[in-house]
This record gives sequence, structure tokens and C-alpha cells, in this order.
Amino acid sequence: MRYLPHTEEEIAEMLAVIGQQSLADLFAHIPADTRFQGELDIPGPLSEWDLTTHLEVLGQSMFTGSSRAVLIGAGSYDHHIPEIVRSLSGRSEFLTAYTPYQPEMAQGTLQGIFEFQTLTARLLGMEVANASMYDGASALAEALLMALRIGKKKGTVAISSAIHPHYREVVKTYLEPGPFEIVELSLGDDGRTDLSALSAIDDLAGVAIQSPNFFGIIEDHQQSADFVHGLGALYIACFSEPLTFGLFKNPGSAGADIVCGEGQSFGMKQSFGGSGLGMFGCKQEFVRNMPGRVVGQTVDKDGKRGFVLTLSTREQHIRREKATSNICSNQGLCAMTAAIYMATLGHTGMRQLARLNYDKAAYLRKGLLAAGAKPLFSGPVFNEFAVVFEKDFTPVRQRLLDQGIAAGLSLEPYYPDLGNAFLFCATETVSRALIDELLEEVRR
Amino acid sequence: MTHGPGTNGLILEEPLLWEKGKPGRVAYSLPHRDVPEETVDQNLLGDGPEFTDLGELDVVRHYTRLSQWNFGIDTGMYPLGSCTMKYNPKINEKMAATAGLASAHPLLEAGLSQGILKLYYELEQFLSAITGMDAVSLQPSAGAQGELTAMLMFAAYFRKKGEQRTKILIPDTAHGTNPASAALCGFTAIPLASGKHGILDPTAVEELMDDETVGIMVTNPNTLGLFEEHIREITDIVHSRGGLVYGDGANMNAIMGVVDIKRCGIDAVHLNLHKTFSTPHGGGGPGSGPVCVTAELAPYLPVPRVARTDEGYVLETQSAESIGRVHGFFGNVSVLIRAYSYILSMGPNNLKKASQLAVLNGAYVKARLLDTFDLAYDRPCMHECVFSDARQLPFKITTLDMAKRLIDHGYHPPTIYFPLVVSGAIMIEPTETECKDDLDSFIEVFQAIAQEAENDGERLRQAPVITKVRRLDETQAARKPCLRG
Amino acid sequence: MKEIEELDLPGDIYYSKEHEWAAKDGDLIRIGISDYAQDQLGDIVFVELPEPGASFERNEEFGTLESVKAVSEIYLPVSGEIVAVNTELEDAPELLNENPYLNWIVEVRPNDIDQYDELLSRDDYLAMLKG
Repeated sequence: MRYLPHTEEEIAEMLAVIGQQSLADLFAHIPADTRFQGELDIPGPLSEWDLTTHLEVLGQSMFTGSSRAVLIGAGSYDHHIPEIVRSLSGRSEFLTAYTPYQPEMAQGTLQGIFEFQTLTARLLGMEVANASMYDGASALAEALLMALRIGKKKGTVAISSAIHPHYREVVKTYLEPGPFEIVELSLGDDGRTDLSALSAIDDLAGVAIQSPNFFGIIEDHQQSADFVHGLGALYIACFSEPLTFGLFKNPGSAGADIVCGEGQSFGMKQSFGGSGLGMFGCKQEFVRNMPGRVVGQTVDKDGKRGFVLTLSTREQHIRREKATSNICSNQGLCAMTAAIYMATLGHTGMRQLARLNYDKAAYLRKGLLAAGAKPLFSGPVFNEFAVVFEKDFTPVRQRLLDQGIAAGLSLEPYYPDLGNAFLFCATETVSRALIDELLEEVRR
Repeated sequence: MTHGPGTNGLILEEPLLWEKGKPGRVAYSLPHRDVPEETVDQNLLGDGPEFTDLGELDVVRHYTRLSQWNFGIDTGMYPLGSCTMKYNPKINEKMAATAGLASAHPLLEAGLSQGILKLYYELEQFLSAITGMDAVSLQPSAGAQGELTAMLMFAAYFRKKGEQRTKILIPDTAHGTNPASAALCGFTAIPLASGKHGILDPTAVEELMDDETVGIMVTNPNTLGLFEEHIREITDIVHSRGGLVYGDGANMNAIMGVVDIKRCGIDAVHLNLHKTFSTPHGGGGPGSGPVCVTAELAPYLPVPRVARTDEGYVLETQSAESIGRVHGFFGNVSVLIRAYSYILSMGPNNLKKASQLAVLNGAYVKARLLDTFDLAYDRPCMHECVFSDARQLPFKITTLDMAKRLIDHGYHPPTIYFPLVVSGAIMIEPTETECKDDLDSFIEVFQAIAQEAENDGERLRQAPVITKVRRLDETQAARKPCLRG
Repeated sequence: MKEIEELDLPGDIYYSKEHEWAAKDGDLIRIGISDYAQDQLGDIVFVELPEPGASFERNEEFGTLESVKAVSEIYLPVSGEIVAVNTELEDAPELLNENPYLNWIVEVRPNDIDQYDELLSRDDYLAMLKG
């Protein structure tokens, strides 16, 4: 096996140094009643050629490829990945390094993550950002736990029902064992979160609202944050499509205390939903309550600029059961990838790309409305939106699938009241010709 | 003197991103605009992020130079104890990028996602076979989330049984993630001291395990590199008092095909795919921390679960007892593809051989460094061994000094100052993918450093000297945090 | 680290087993950490202080001190109410390393002044350190 370098002679020499006769002797102290019986029941070994063929066959059974298009976002977005992002993030010095425990030999990772924190903080309009969380969903759960820590004796958090349904499920999983209450906020006719239920809560630690929300609607963070602050609670802004902030106001400018979300859009392949990237920022005053790793700038003994992991006393390896989170490994390489992506786009590229996404979605939306669909909500959108069809859309969707277009995500499994409502997404990767083809089928 | 592969390599300076670039430079190729510009509500418009505009070559040079300041497994030996820094096969990168899998949307109907669901299902089966456990969830994104998942399952299990259990036993050798994960579930960590031989003493468990205690979290082999030889007695005690046993599988690389986790009496164990199953660590993730459990706990696993039916693979999203989701979709699937590829490339015999050779390498390094460093516990070691700086302290040389000196020789230092039960710990895990020649060079360099500790200590205190930066001021970093530019 | 003989341990104040010092100032008692404590901790990078007005029992944790890689709880040697905290430490935690006696941490109004007299004298504390 090419990953195992030992020759038989070397094994014999090494055993002699150790004072053992055979490899099995190395395990002589393992009690009999814990030993594995028989052989491992797994297939293989496969040669490199056979493995590649096997994976390609698996890939071919998927609804992917150049003849197919998926006009669905819902937390996982199809964006063009510049070749330099793929190529640079794949460099093995980034790929095969561990967490930067020895800063002198990990300055590449450390400066890269410091830059990621900076670009993320600027994108979100926050004072600080961490080195990443697992994904948007767990980042939201951690943000709510953070608000509860800061709120000390306050035990209730409120989350909008227009937050991604899976994120809300993860929040419930994380908060379940604690003495906490989660209130879900309903929506107004414009698809924005209705905050009127909040005033009745007397121990409110934090309120989380996603924008664009699951229905693609841009929420009014400013108004919501002001209202929530008036109640003495923290305001948490959540997102699943960070490209939004290339065009629209960022949540920090509205006064959000914590901002968290999913960064897959920034250079990561969709890969059936992972690996993505949890992005997490907060106000400076809360930094010691923030979960996750952070990189800080300092100097070496010659006074030269360098970077280290810092504020480690918040973390599990030092504070153990009193840590701000149990997180250890995060999504380091994904953070590096997102940083390379943001560096590649720059201010100008981010703006142009966001604008193009807005316009593509607007073109599709207009077309669908002209074909008789009704907007589910009246609020403004970015690159995603929900519509309701008068007639059953399922047969149309099936015909489109046969043509290689997965158009729209049925909302009914997530919101049983929303029959025949579908969530569409159009990014820069969808051509006008394809949208026209889709619209023609819808009009038929 | 003896010297490893370290040299004064060519290291180029590179500023921070925003210290270079000019407005108007372009590194991005914007897809063709074929739709008209729509009006935008001016109240929503922002200024766009304050990013610098860079050219394509600016970006390429920036990250190429950064990468050259990094040390990875591809650069050299990385004997970081408890982290299993084995070779990350190149083919697995290609497999994870397989077009049909890498561009898959996670919310399409199962019928359109059969390939990835088959892979997912089969990987669960493989991990089940390797651990001996009955059911697996691939959702957790890292080991710590795997631990949390298992703790949440334990909490749900006792809630269902109507039992109030609030304490959990955690050995003093445990990773910090163990108590932190338990605390997230409202459990109070009860520290359990290791016995005098570095392994757990069943009588200590006997004394502490009561009907208010959830059970115990055991890392086996433990972080001293020692197999918990009394594991069956310990798990029997915990079970006899109605408790559950959690296994931290961080050190699974020592025991594949050798130890059956379920026969040990473990109820739930997490695996670190970015350790045992060779997926790259990426400078801090993405990892993957699947949880493998007994049939009794299977109903509590996160949803959705992938099931095989006559009509193909389906997703089961409802389960009354499930703790719910721990990930927005299905976990770090791109990492799962790499681990799947690794297991298939290895096959059953090579996986067992990998564990045997990992232990051989660990035991060999231990045997050859016995005369140089103070061994914390003189017992048969598994894939890693733990020394300390006790013999060098009289010369005012610490573990840190020796670790930093290794850097000048072109080696990544071992894990240092962990586990906490050994003062000045030096935890060496060579992994099976290092050949004897490279182990010998490392050993000789480390021996030479120990010599230097006695007669040229200042060189160690000054180390490293050939890196881009020298020892960094961590105090200033923490006192006056500068976390962004 | 310092040898025990090198430690600065003033004789006109009292010490606790947890390495805090206490000094009476009128009706109030000032609390800080001993030279031994600051030396063991190394460079202190952050001090978490209680809110003025908060009350603590004897030997209850009232704050934490952080070095780069450790967190240590600080315990109140006498029960009472926190009257004042040394806010200078928030921006300059290194003051505790520079002079742990000049730089007190909190001022307490004691509930039971007898507890003060039960603390260790310099000699008792030194004997304890010598084990």
C-alpha cells in the first residue's frame, strides 16, 4: 500500500529496538474481551483508477453537470468560483497544516485568517470577527447562547420564523438541554418579521432575524435593532447569502450586536451542503464572550509584525467546562478560501457581482409574475424570492426537470400552510437564455 | 551537529492585503451581463465592503507567499500528538472535487441525489464496521461537535427514561472539548484522576458513579498514549448504575481492526475523520466528527438519516426521539468523500496494518528517546508517547525551548504542555506514514537538541532563528488585542 | 519564577491560603494578590472585576485573572460587599505584575471583621508556601 512506507526489513529492525517479536506483540496488553473479532467488513482496496471510476459513476447519478441548472438557493448558492480561488486555496501548505499552535511555522495560516477576520468584519460592518464557525446554522445557535451568556439571568431568545428552517432546528438542538425558552416570531404581509410579540417577554436576552430571510425578503434591520435595543436585549443579524452586502447595507450599520451566517457563497463548492463556513462577528465590547478562535496581530522578539492565536482563555482547552463554546477545529480552510474570494473580487467586483445577481433574479421574478405567478410577500428581495402559482406547479416543475432545470423549491415541507409556493434563486451563473426557456415552459 | 531538513530557505515578504492594490485593478472575471439593470430601492443600498481592488497576479503572489510561510504534512514530519498528522492522499482531493458530487445542491429531492446518498450510506456502514457500533451519524462537523451530539443524545436518553442525571465523570487526561461539550448539555464535569500508572482505576469510578451521574467520557487510548486496560470493568460499573459511556475516538488510529469499541462497553464514540481517516486539517478545519452508537441509542441520532429502500436511498427526516439537526445540511460532505475514498483505497487489511504501523512508530520513537527524555509513564505505549522536560529543567531549558529548536531543524514540534497531568509534556505521535529513515533523523535531531540543552542552552532559548518571524509576543497580543486591520 | 526567598511579602498585611492579601483601611478592607500569586501567573493579560455593590461570601470567587494560557479565580478572603473596584486594571492588567501591593483589586465592606483577624500573618503565609 503506497501510504505505508515500511519495508519488512525495517519492521523487523524496529521491533528489535523495541524488544518485540511481531507487530501483534505490540498489542499484547490489550485485554482479550475488548479485541476485534475477525476481519474488518469493508470493501477494497481499490486502485486509484478503480476509485476514480467508482466516484465518477456516483457523480453521474446526481442532478448536476453542464446540461443541468438548479434555480434553488435556500442556503446553498451556485456561484462561479474563480480559478485562482480554487488553485490558491488548494495549496498543500494551507491544506495539510494543523491549527496554528506553533505560530513561527504557521504565519501563512495566521495572516490569512487575520485578513479573513478583517474582510469579514468590513463586509458585515462589525468591529470584530472570529476565525470561523462550522456553518451558518451552528453559528446562529452559538450567537444565541452568547446572547444568553451576556444576558446573564435572562432566559428567553426570540427568532424569526423566516430564519432558514434548518438553522432553527439546529438552534433547538443546541438550546434544548438548557433552561432556555425560544419564541418564534411570525411574519407580516410584506414577509418581514413581526416584532409585536416581543414586548410581552420580560427576560429577553436576544432576538435573531435573518436578512435576506428564508423567503428572500430583505428585513429592516435598522428598525428591528432599534426596537430590540429599546427592550434591553441584543440584536442578532443572521444571513445565508453574504453576497447581499455587496449591494445592500450591512447589518453592522443598523447596530446589530452579533452578526452570523453562512459563507459558502464565497468560493466554496456546494458539495451537498458542506463544507461551508460559519461567519461570526460582534461588537468589540462582547469579544470576551465570543465563541471560536481568533487571530491577533503582535510582534516577534525582533519587533517584526506577526500573528498568533489569541484570547485563548475563552476557549475549551484552557477554560474547559467554563469555555464560551466547545468549538476547537472550525472551518479554517473554508475561511481562507472565503478570504481569497473576497480579495479576488475586491470592492468593485463584489459590487458588480451583487448587482448582477440582483438583476438576474429580478429578470426571472418579473417573468414569472408576467406568467401569472403571484409574489408570496411584497417586500424587497436580492437574488432569491418566493412566488405562489395559481395552478399546481408540480407538473411544470417535472417537465422542467426533464429539460435539465430544477426550478424552485417547494415551501410546503417547511411551512405546511404555503401550498404551491416555491422559492426561486438566480445567480450570475444562470443565463438569460435558460431563464427564457424556463419561462416558456411555465407559460405553456 | 546532526541536522534535519531545515535550511535558510528563501522567504519573501508580503504585506497585508489592504496594504497593496489600487482602485481599478481587477482579479475577477465577471460573467456576461445579459439582463437589464433593474431599479434598486435607494433606502436599501449600501456602500459595498471596504475591500481593496487587486490584480490577478497580486492575489496569486499574495497567497503563494503566505503559503510558503506555512508548514504542512507535505512539507515535513508533523509529530503533533493526539492530532494524527498522517499523509493526506492527493487522490482524495480529486475525489472530493468529482464534478457530479461537488456541485450537488443539498435540497433537491432524494431521487436526484442518489450517488451522494449511496456514498453517505456506505460510509456509515464502513465506520460502523470499523468501530463495531450499530449506527452512525455523519452530520457533526468536527470532533467537538461529535462530542456535543453524543452528550445531547445522552441527555435525551435520560429525559426519556425520566431520570435526573446531572454529573459526568471526566478523566484529568481528557481533551478540553470533553468538559466543554458536557457543560453545553448542563452536565457538571466531575474530574476523575488517573491512576498512578497513567490509566483509570476502576475503584475510582466505583466511588464516584452514582444514580445522579450520566456516566463517563473516556478517551481510549488515552492522551498519554496508553490503552485503558480496565475499560471493560469501568464500563460494567457505569452500566450497572444505569449510566452511559462516551468514547472519545480521537486516538482511533491506534486500534483499527484491533479493538472493538462496542465490546469495550462504549455506548457512543466519535471519530475524527481529519485524524484517523487522513482528511486534511486545512489549518483548522473543516473536519468531520461522525458519531457511532449502539442500537439502543440509535433512535436519538440527528436527523435526517439516510436509509436504503427498494426504491433507492431516501432521507428520513422524522424521528420522535432524535435530538434534531446539528448541521444546516448533511455535515462536511466534502470531508466525508475524502474519508470514503481513503477507506476504499486502503481496504480492510491495510487499515489494520496502518494501526499496527502507527503503534510500531510510536513505540520505536519511545524506545529510542528513553535515554534522552524523562518518560511520563513507563507502560506499553500505543501510537504516541509522552515525555517531559524533567531532565532538562535543571539546565533551565523547558519543553518550549526544545520545541522551538526543532523548528530550526525543519520539524513541526510535538504537542507540548498537554496532557495537563504531565508537567512540561512532550507528546509525540509520528503516525504510520513516516518511514524509518525519517523517524531516525527526527530522533537524532531531538537527541542533539537535548545535548544542546546541557551545553548550549542559549541556542534553544533563542530558537527559532530561521523562520520568517521569531518567538512572538503573545502577552501583548492578549493585553491589547488587535483582531483586524 | 522567583525562589521563595525572593518573594516580596510585606509584614503589615494579611494573606489567604488562595494567595490574596487583605489590608484594613478604616472600616474597609482592600484586597489584592500576593507577589507569589502574580509570579506564578506570569504576565497577567486580563482582569475580570465584580460590579460594585455585589456581595460575596468568604472564600467565594469574585473575579478572574487571566494570563496568556491560564485562568485563575480570585476568592474573597472575607465576606462582604464590594465598595470599589480598581478600574485602572481594566486597561492595564500588567500593574498587578509590576506591584501587586500598590495595585489593589477591590475594596470590601466586611460583614464580620473577625474574619480579617483569622487570616494568615506574613510568617504563617511564608510557612505555608514553604510547605
